[in-house]
Order: sequence, then C-alpha cells, then structure tokens
Amino acid sequence: MPRQMAPGVTEGYIKVAPTAVRDGDTVTIDAAGIYYRQLNEAVRNAIADGATKVVLKNVNGQRYIGTGVKAKGVTIEVHGTAGNDMAMFMDGPTIEVFGAAQDGVGNTMNAGKVIVHGDAGDVLGYGMRGGAVYVKGDVGYRVGIHMKAYESLVPIMVCGGNARDFFGEYMAGGILVLLGMNTQFAEQPLVGSFVGAGMHGGVIYLRGTVEPWQCGKEVGITEATDEDIAALKPILADYCEAQGMDLAEVLSVPFTKLAPFSHRPYGKMYAPM
Amino acid sequence: MPTSFIQPEFKVKIDYDKCHKCGRCVQQCGWGVYNFNERPIPDDAKCRACHRCVTYCPAHCISIEKSQLAYRENDNWSAAARKAVWRQAETGGVLLTSMGNPMPYTRIFDHLVLDACQVTNPSIDPLREPMELRTFIGHKPDSVGVESDGEGGYRLAEGEGIKNNLKLDTPILFSPMSYGSVSLNVHKSLAMAAQRLGTFMNTGEGGLHADLYPYQDNVIVQVASGRFGVNPDYLSRGAAIEIKIGQGAKPGIGGHLPGEKINKEVSGTRMIPQGTDAISPAPHHDIYSIEDLRQLIYALKEASGYKPVGVKIAAVHNVAAIASGIVRAGADYVYLDGFKGGTGAAPQVIRDHIGIPIEIAIAAVDQRLRDEGIRNWASVIAAGSIRSSADVAKAIALGADAVAIGSASLMALGCHLCQSCHTGSCSWGITTQKPELTRRIDPEWGAQQLTNLVHAWSHELQEILGALGVNAVESLRGSRERLRSIGLDEQMNKVLGVKPAGM
Repeated sequence: MPRQMAPGVTEGYIKVAPTAVRDGDTVTIDAAGIYYRQLNEAVRNAIADGATKVVLKNVNGQRYIGTGVKAKGVTIEVHGTAGNDMAMFMDGPTIEVFGAAQDGVGNTMNAGKVIVHGDAGDVLGYGMRGGAVYVKGDVGYRVGIHMKAYESLVPIMVCGGNARDFFGEYMAGGILVLLGMNTQFAEQPLVGSFVGAGMHGGVIYLRGTVEPWQCGKEVGITEATDEDIAALKPILADYCEAQGMDLAEVLSVPFTKLAPFSHRPYGKMYAPM
Repeated sequence: MPTSFIQPEFKVKIDYDKCHKCGRCVQQCGWGVYNFNERPIPDDAKCRACHRCVTYCPAHCISIEKSQLAYRENDNWSAAARKAVWRQAETGGVLLTSMGNPMPYTRIFDHLVLDACQVTNPSIDPLREPMELRTFIGHKPDSVGVESDGEGGYRLAEGEGIKNNLKLDTPILFSPMSYGSVSLNVHKSLAMAAQRLGTFMNTGEGGLHADLYPYQDNVIVQVASGRFGVNPDYLSRGAAIEIKIGQGAKPGIGGHLPGEKINKEVSGTRMIPQGTDAISPAPHHDIYSIEDLRQLIYALKEASGYKPVGVKIAAVHNVAAIASGIVRAGADYVYLDGFKGGTGAAPQVIRDHIGIPIEIAIAAVDQRLRDEGIRNWASVIAAGSIRSSADVAKAIALGADAVAIGSASLMALGCHLCQSCHTGSCSWGITTQKPELTRRIDPEWGAQQLTNLVHAWSHELQEILGALGVNAVESLRGSRERLRSIGLDEQMNKVLGVKPAGM
C-alpha cells in the first residue's frame, strides 16, 4: 500500500521533484519516472510562479495532469501518454497531448480545453460542465456520460474516431460529437450500443448513421438539419484547426442528430405515497 | 368507478365550540387540508398527521386521529399492504416515500445495554471532573515517533502525530442532506449549529450555497454520482470532501430531485438548468472497482491540496469487505449508513427491504479493520437512525469513531416524521422550496434548537462515560466488553462481538 511505503519507488515511479527549466514564460519539466504527486506539484508551482506555458516531456501514464488547476491563459503541453483523470475538475487551462490519453479525460471539468492528438480511453468528460475536449482518434466506453450545461457553461466534446458503448449516457446538457474518421477500427460500427441511454438534455451529433437499436429509448434520431450544421460548424472548425483536419471533408458526410424526447424522462415513473 | 379505493388514513377533528374561526390552520397547512367557509372544514384525505395545524391552533381545538375504518382482520394482508396494491393498480407507479424505514425489524440498539462501575472501580462525576468528548476523524499513524526533550522526558518528534484530521468537539456530526431536498434555511441552521458546536454539517449532493461560505470550515462537501455543484471552488471550500457511494435508505440506486424542486436558487447551487430533473446515476460511472475509487480519492486530494476524503456507503451484506477496500483505497474515513437512515425521497420497496442494520455494520467493519491491522488508517462514522445519546454511546462502543444524525436533527427543527418529504410541501418548511413555507424556519432559531439537542446529548454521553468509569470517549471506542445484549440470539451476539447479559 502506498501509505506504508517508505520514500523510494512507488508503482514504478520515484517520489522526487522533477527537473524544471524556465525559459521566459515557458517551464519545461522532465516527467521521466516521476511520481504523479511531485509532477503535478511542479506543474502547479510553475503556474503559480507565472508561467503561461508548461511543457511536460517523457510523460508515461502519470495521473491527474492539470487536475483541479484553476488558471486562465495557461497552456500545458504533454509529450508522451497522459495517465488517468487528466484535466479532472480543471478550470481554465488548455492541455495539448502529443500522444494518447488514458481514462477519465475532462472528468467533471469546468472550463478550458483539452486537445489529444491520439486516442483516449474510457469515461471521458464524465459530468463535464464546461470547456472542450477534442480527441483525434478512437475513444472507449462510457464517453460523455452525464455531461451537463448551466447558463453560459456548455461542455463540448468532439471525438474523431469510433466510440464504444454508453456514448452520452445520462447526458443532461452540452454537445457531444463523434466523427468516425481517424479510427483504427474502420470495419467496426461507428459507435456501440446504449447511445444516449437516459439522456435528458444536450445533443449528440454522429457523422454517419446509427441504428435505433443502438440508442437509448429516451432519444429521438433525426438527420441533422441545415440549422444544426450551421450551429455545429464553428465547433468543427475549431476542432479541425486544433487537429489539422479539413473541415470540408468532415462536413462531406451527413450527420445524425440525437436529442432527448423529454427533460424529465422519469417524471411519471413514481406514485407518491 | 371510484377515483380511489384508498380511504383517508387520519381523521381531522375540530372542536367547533372552542374554535376561534381564526383561519390559522388554513394558513399553516402545507397540504391544503382546510377550506374556510365561516369555519375551517378539513379534507381528511389530504392530512399527513404532521401536526403543524395542531401546534399553531390558538384554541387547541384540533386533534388528528387514526381513522377507525375497520378492515377485515388479516395478519398477512395488513392495511398498508392492501393500500399499496390499490395505489399501484391506480397509477402503475413505483411507490415513492421518504424518511427512514418504518418496518418492525428488530431494533438492535434496544437490545444492548451499557455497563457501569460499582464498588471495585470508581465511577466519575463528569460535572466535577474533566470528561473528554473531543474526537479526531481521519488517518492515524501506525506508530508515533518521540524524541528526548533534553530534560529526561520525551516529546513528539518533529512531523509526528496526527495530521490532516477533522477535529470534533463532540462525536456527533450532521448527516448529509442536500440543498434542494431541504431548504436553504435548514442548511443555514445546520451550518451555524455546526460552527457553534465545533462539529460539521454536510452539503449532501446539492452544492454549497454562497450563504454558507462563512461556515465553510465546518462543512463537509459531498461529491456524488451526479457531480452537482462540484467544481474546484467547491472542493477548496469544504473542510473535507466526501464521496457518496450509497445511502442507507436507498442502497444501490441513484436519486432524482424532481424538476419541481429545481427553482432558481437550487439551480444555481447545483449548476443545472431550472425545472429539469436532477438525476444522480446509480453508480459513479468513473468508479467500477476499488482501484477506481482510489483514483477518485486521490483526484480529490490532488484537486483540494490533500484535504481529508471520506467515503459514504450504505450498510449492505458485504459491508466489512467493502469498507476494508475503501480504507485501503486511501479514504480518511468510512461513513456507514444503516438501513433505517432517512431520505428525502426513495422508492418504498428499496427503503423498506434493502440493507442491514447499522449496529451490525459497525461491529462487522470495526472487527474486520482490526483483524487486518488497518483500523487506524481511517475513522468510522456511523449513521442510520441514531435516536438518542444512548444510541451514540452504543454505536461508539461497537466500534464507531463518531455518529451522524439526520432525522433527529430535522426533528429538532420541527419534523414530525410524517414521511412526506418527497411531496415538496412540508408544512414545517423543512423539505420544501416553496418560499411561503421555507420562511417558517428562522436559521438563528434553528441553529439554537440544533445546538441545544447536541449539547444535551453530549452531556448525557458524558454521564454515561462517567458511569462507565472512563474520562474520554476514546476509552469507550470499540470497547464491546462494556456492552451486553438482552434477547438476541447466539449468532447475533457473535456478529456483534457482544456477550449476553449475565456473562
């Protein structure tokens, strides 16, 4: 158990402060072999000291990068593979991952932007309330569960590849987009089953089509109208710019829109005693 | 066809000879029982027996009686069982109710008695001698390092001792109740009382209203599956963070705060639009294992500057193994909620039939953590129908570090246990968001009521400790030798780790 361990090697990492080199407003940190706690402390310290760009080299599965960080105008670059719960509760910064990310990206995130130039794992954007997550490639199960919007906060997630089951489950607000373009599973369906199950707010756009049996009974399936595409266009333009993709190609295939029938799917389920 | 087979449960009787015809009952009733036509005329069917009108009638001329309507005697088909069938035949709905499990299960606390000193060991008079109730909630170290003080004695070595614990002046907390399920004035009453008492209130899963910021050092903020109101600011304000996995009244299921209760203020605190259902999924979808739980515990620690993080679970069959996993996952406390714990709304079938009694859960968890040598890693908070200081003492003797009170604290604010929280029309202004009802609780008065209750229980607890001949609640913790059972079977005694009286 970590609590019982003496200082030294924990789960393959060492608990020492990483080397951080400052050059103007940029701080470069070598994450090789560093335990997440010390690494994230170094990131927070760099931001507290006024750095506007933090570059993390040799990242290899360290968790919680950018978690709980509240800052404006700050960019964190991740070179390598980001670990679980990256950008959880994050409020403001931009994180750009040159590699893949693991589970829980943007979990309960408040504001900011996450760009992943690779694939990402399960449970992305769980309970996410604001900001944007742009994944270039495939994503796993339970992506966009219970995303929710509030006043000016509208969370946006765009995934460029395929997704597995429970995409947008319990969704209560925000915009969730799946493109199916940059996938290593081209022979498989765009998305798994239980899409939008329990959905009661927000909207899901899928580039291509989905069968009704793949979707939750709470969602209506329609082809996206010109107005829908007009609303979606700025989001996709921003995504394409971040991922170096061609907007015209993204828009060359019709989109399917999934929206809930009701904001109160369970309103009539109960008999009060 | 009749509109319903169900006949009124209560009869509202007014002694019109005494009645002032003042109309106060009409004004006080949140359920709309009374019409006024020269005198108040009650509709029995709407009465919930909450006694608001009775309490406020200046002539004391109202009484609420049980309907004497006879049913053919049938032990198997109780009147309640028959009514439930009729209600479901009429509506097709899941029966929704509130407050704690009212079923006649064995009340184990009432089968346990405490010890006292006689002759061979003196008891202590707490009125004249110090009696310590202070309790620390959180991780305790495996060992304590000391160093020489240079004068022949020893002192704690630097960096040794208890770190990052919640300090309670009495081992009683207020249990989690969300703003939304209860009114803001109730939340304010709890927060003010917690500050005065040196203990903690808990936001439940409804966010932290800005009016509670002055009391944030006495507030535990909760993170549940809906993540309502959870952002970095929220996490930074609480004294500790609690992950809610389950609730004693509804283990294993999520929650729905109906759209009707999401008014502007509740919407702002939960950070969701007005009028939509606030749906908490049954599980946290980022927790499917103990490893995932550990990931969330440490995410919360990372995001909050390493505040204590507790985990609340409902007491269920495998509670000891689950608690062991929670402690090993890094939780600073485990909050156990027994199956008689209250709720603002739960399906009746879940509330009445799922979960286990808190007494058993405390004993099983405490024993398991001791057996594994990790009891000091985390504290145990017990809840789920703590009704008196006797229950507090027995829970602590069984192995809890502290208890949390929900139903009892609402009763201090006027709750009469009418089990109607889910209607949103609470006449006492507790479980409602209607402004004409919520204003019935003045937070200053509420805080005083709560402070009085906890003070009274704390004094009684001191008396119990004195009788036991110990001078600190710490000495009672897990001391099951000071308990005996009456009328429990051998198997149950074994589970509780308690001897029968006489042995």
